[in-house]
Amino acid sequence: MLTEKMAELKHRLIEYATLVEGMINKSIKGLLEKDENLLEDVIEREEPKANNYDREIDETCTALIAQFEPMAKDLRTVVTILKMNKDLERMADHAVNISESSLFLIARPLVKPLDDVRSMAKTASMMLKDSIDAFVHENVALARDVCNRDDFVDTVGEKILDDMAGFIREKRDGVRRSLHVMRIAHNLERVADISTNICEEVIYIVEGKDIKHHKDEEREAEHGPAI
Amino acid sequence: MKQDVVIQIQGANSFYGKKQILKDVTLDIPAQTVTALMGPSGCGKSTLIRCFNRMNDLISNFRFEGKILYKGVDLYAKDVDITDLRREIGMVFQKPNPFPKSIYENVAYGVRIQGITDREFIDGVVEESLKKAALWEEVKDRLHESALSLSGGQQQRICIARALAVKPHVILFDEPCSALDPIATAKIEELITELKRNYTIIVVTHNTAQAARVSDFTAFLYLGDLIEFGPTARIFTVPQDKRTEEYLTGKFG
Ligand SMILES: Nc1ncnc2c1ncn2[C@@H]1O[C@H](COP(=O)(O)OP(=O)(O)OP(=O)(O)O)[C@@H](O)[C@H]1O
Ligand SMILES: [Mg+2]
Repeated sequence: MLTEKMAELKHRLIEYATLVEGMINKSIKGLLEKDENLLEDVIEREEPKANNYDREIDETCTALIAQFEPMAKDLRTVVTILKMNKDLERMADHAVNISESSLFLIARPLVKPLDDVRSMAKTASMMLKDSIDAFVHENVALARDVCNRDDFVDTVGEKILDDMAGFIREKRDGVRRSLHVMRIAHNLERVADISTNICEEVIYIVEGKDIKHHKDEEREAEHGPAI
Repeated sequence: MKQDVVIQIQGANSFYGKKQILKDVTLDIPAQTVTALMGPSGCGKSTLIRCFNRMNDLISNFRFEGKILYKGVDLYAKDVDITDLRREIGMVFQKPNPFPKSIYENVAYGVRIQGITDREFIDGVVEESLKKAALWEEVKDRLHESALSLSGGQQQRICIARALAVKPHVILFDEPCSALDPIATAKIEELITELKRNYTIIVVTHNTAQAARVSDFTAFLYLGDLIEFGPTARIFTVPQDKRTEEYLTGKFG
């Protein structure tokens, strides 16, 4: 009984994650291709859908705990799904923020080429996708791999920050545009961070081991010191 | 999704002598689902479930007022044939009560009393019923041994097979697991959730965790009143009535 309910619940979570991943991809595609429709779609149609998933999954988890009193790994899984649900809701908000800033930017001349934003977005949305895959298939190796990509996103984020700071220093008329690019970068960074958190949860479910608070030693042990 | 209703209880009042037990209970039982009747001891669960196949008629000072419609027909109407009714609405009791006969004869019983003698037909019914009761594999090589030689959990599944053999539409369970150990209990619970594909099931239990696990709908009875009825997931997360909340959180009962 519980096994089927858990499978259903995981299935809903995957649908939700797929929606959110799509929202992030669309918010960046809208920016790069200057496509207002995509951006408005994210804000007006998809965000309310995301909220529905959030509410539904929340209720299902609560009912499942009340009805089936899950134990041990089942309990860890339900609790993790509750947290991931909240994570996905946050990421959907980040996609909305990105879309809003993109709407501002596409109506104006570029402050800088967007290659960095593109590669940052690509990595972040892939991290999101993989974090959910890692959860569904309890793939600890993939989860650890995702955690390791976080540094790349942070590095590109830093670079965008430097570029924008330089731009603002030189040309005083592009301040608002620069801030919007930074906002996008910041939101992508958050997506990557949250995906990393999800992967830490996955490791927790599978191994019952909490790595959140000694992340660095873990990673060094697995992959050598961070550069 | 609108659910078909199989049994409608309308303004049911019941009495043992002067003592009123059920108080104006009104409730629709949806088809092909498990409905749990839960509530503290003495609240009238058994009394209510026994109204559905008129088991209470056997008690001399019992009186019933109101209506119970089964597929639209009033069960307490004068021309209702009680034997037919009990074939349509079968029952499994708290204590496994197989007859002191062979496993085979226990299951064949309901068919035999209909005057059917065709050996092959009866064999078929026995096998099919034991399979549905998830017991076939355990007993197929000892069908002619006494049913009383089986474990409690197996005896309860014999009783379920016996009820299934006459092809009922509704099966009533009154505390079917209270005499069983946890493993036998889990088996019966699993069987109940399996059976709801083809039958409408009503289960009486004062074990709230069991009601939560096996049922789709839950009715909470308290002192003969129906306090609350609704989808089990809702009753166990956000009950609407304070008394349900108190019962579930162990404040009384
Ligand atoms: N044959 C009877 N004669 C008189 N009173 C009875 C009879 N059967 C039951 N009662 C009374 O009716 C009330 C409801 O009994 P019922 O058996 O329906 O309760 P229940 O909810 O099934 O309780 P339990 O959980 O203990 O089985 C109780 O107060 C009981 O004492
Ligand atoms: Mg009882």
